Amino acid sequence: MNIPADLLYTKDHEWIKVLDDGTTALVGITDFAQSELGDIVFVETKPVGTELSEHDVFGTVEAVKTVADLFAPVDGVIVEVNEALDAAEVVNSSPYEDGWMVKVSLKDASQFDALMSAAEYSEMVGE
Amino acid sequence: MPFIANTDDDRRSMLQAIGVGSFEELIPDIPSEFCLKEALSLFPSMSEMEVASLLDRLASANRTSPDYVSFIGGGAYDHYIPAALKTIVSRSEFYTAYTPYQAEVSQGTLQAIYEYQSMICRLYGMSVANASLYDGATAMAEAVSMAMNVTGRSTVLVAGKIHPNTSAVLKTFIEAGGKASVVQNVLTDGVCDIAALESRMSDQIAAVIVQQPNFYGCLEDVEAIGALARSHGALFIVSADPVSLGLLNAPGRYGADIAVGEGQPLGSALNFGGPYLGIFAVAEKYVRKIPGRLVGMTKDRDGEDGFILTLQTREQHIRREKATSNICTNQALNALQAVVYLSLMGKDGLCQVAEHCLQKAHYLADKIADLPGYSLRFAGPFFREFVVNTPVDASVVVNTMMEKGFFAGYDLGIHDDSGLLIAVTEKRSRAEMDSFVENLGAIS
Repeated sequence: MNIPADLLYTKDHEWIKVLDDGTTALVGITDFAQSELGDIVFVETKPVGTELSEHDVFGTVEAVKTVADLFAPVDGVIVEVNEALDAAEVVNSSPYEDGWMVKVSLKDASQFDALMSAAEYSEMVGE
Repeated sequence: MPFIANTDDDRRSMLQAIGVGSFEELIPDIPSEFCLKEALSLFPSMSEMEVASLLDRLASANRTSPDYVSFIGGGAYDHYIPAALKTIVSRSEFYTAYTPYQAEVSQGTLQAIYEYQSMICRLYGMSVANASLYDGATAMAEAVSMAMNVTGRSTVLVAGKIHPNTSAVLKTFIEAGGKASVVQNVLTDGVCDIAALESRMSDQIAAVIVQQPNFYGCLEDVEAIGALARSHGALFIVSADPVSLGLLNAPGRYGADIAVGEGQPLGSALNFGGPYLGIFAVAEKYVRKIPGRLVGMTKDRDGEDGFILTLQTREQHIRREKATSNICTNQALNALQAVVYLSLMGKDGLCQVAEHCLQKAHYLADKIADLPGYSLRFAGPFFREFVVNTPVDASVVVNTMMEKGFFAGYDLGIHDDSGLLIAVTEKRSRAEMDSFVENLGAIS
């Protein structure tokens, strides 16, 4: 199971990566989540400009036999949506790189303290 | 346990086993004023032979379209149903309530539904059709519900005259649920007043609905109505009669986002009002928003075509409260009748049926308009149905003509309206129509 050390994680299996500018971050779902869902066929996210509070649903990810909600790890505003997800299977093949879902403008860096480190997430999923 | 009614002793012992004295103790929440106080007034018990005889007697009191020459339309039409249709759909493989969830044992049923979806797409000029819904009115209600979900808006405008029963279903599904309001448009000469519609358009309109041909049989200016809907970001919902599409432009070709229709004219008998067939089709971008089930085609591992219920994650049994709709049922046998009907008729056959309806309806309308005391209520173009002003109340015409062997039409007085709505299908011969006119002329 791939759980990169430089990301933060939620108990709902999203990851967040703060970008170099320190004010925006990428959000996606973990390698564990994509493998549990199976073949992902569709990803739908709220549009650019949507304001999110922590744990708001910002979209859905659909696999052949199920569909799961996507939860915002922190407060923020969606500033970009990954156009590459028109080919949704990229989430299966590259959950942390090409399969990112939304870029958010961050509001409150203190919220990161509540998120899990790679080690903590790894423990949660039993790795 | 044998499959027989339980006796008083059985009931007593069951109540005793669960520790209550009477059945009523189990249902104390039902207010007593709603409970029946006296015994039901039933027939005395009868033998099977006596029951069969009674039912025969009751059934023979019905007067149905084969007994009379029928000019009734208003959403249900007396079209010819090819003899082969009944034989094909009566095959035991099809004649079952079994739902085709298990693809491995349901390929025939699934393929039939897939073919139905494909034919509806071609007929309506749309990209995706579902496996069908209950009837045309509920298909319209689902279309409105979908439009509200897509746009996030909650007012729906009706352009022109839709069937009053459809309006009633919209009231039940949409307005009574507090989800949206449905605003009726004003009419000019039986069709939508485009200027009035334009004055009501705003950025709060989820959808504009039009029926083509409309309830009066008149043809609406669907291009203009669609353009108005689009210019305000509203979805354009068209309810089109499937037979009319043998001649008229398909909804997808003039920009419908959702096309619905009552599929009864495609090989379903009149059936005393149902079961009928709800046609529902959308533009491709809405494939994940549609209600109901969908059959897709794929290849199996040997490269053979295979059919399967697909995109089920939209459906209530997987998404539960987040489903696009709570409809998980389709009208499979009626959809099968439609696909068999369309297959037997072919493209040219359907066009011929439509042509006959058009020509015969105009022949009859001209004849009736020449009768003293009768006139056509609207001047505009119509397809197979038209409204006639009658010299006496339409209900009197209907009753009088019944004595002469005719179902004269649909009395609009039922809907606080006036006039007689007359439909002419390909089944009506010139002799029947001439005799009808002669008999109508005798009423004054």
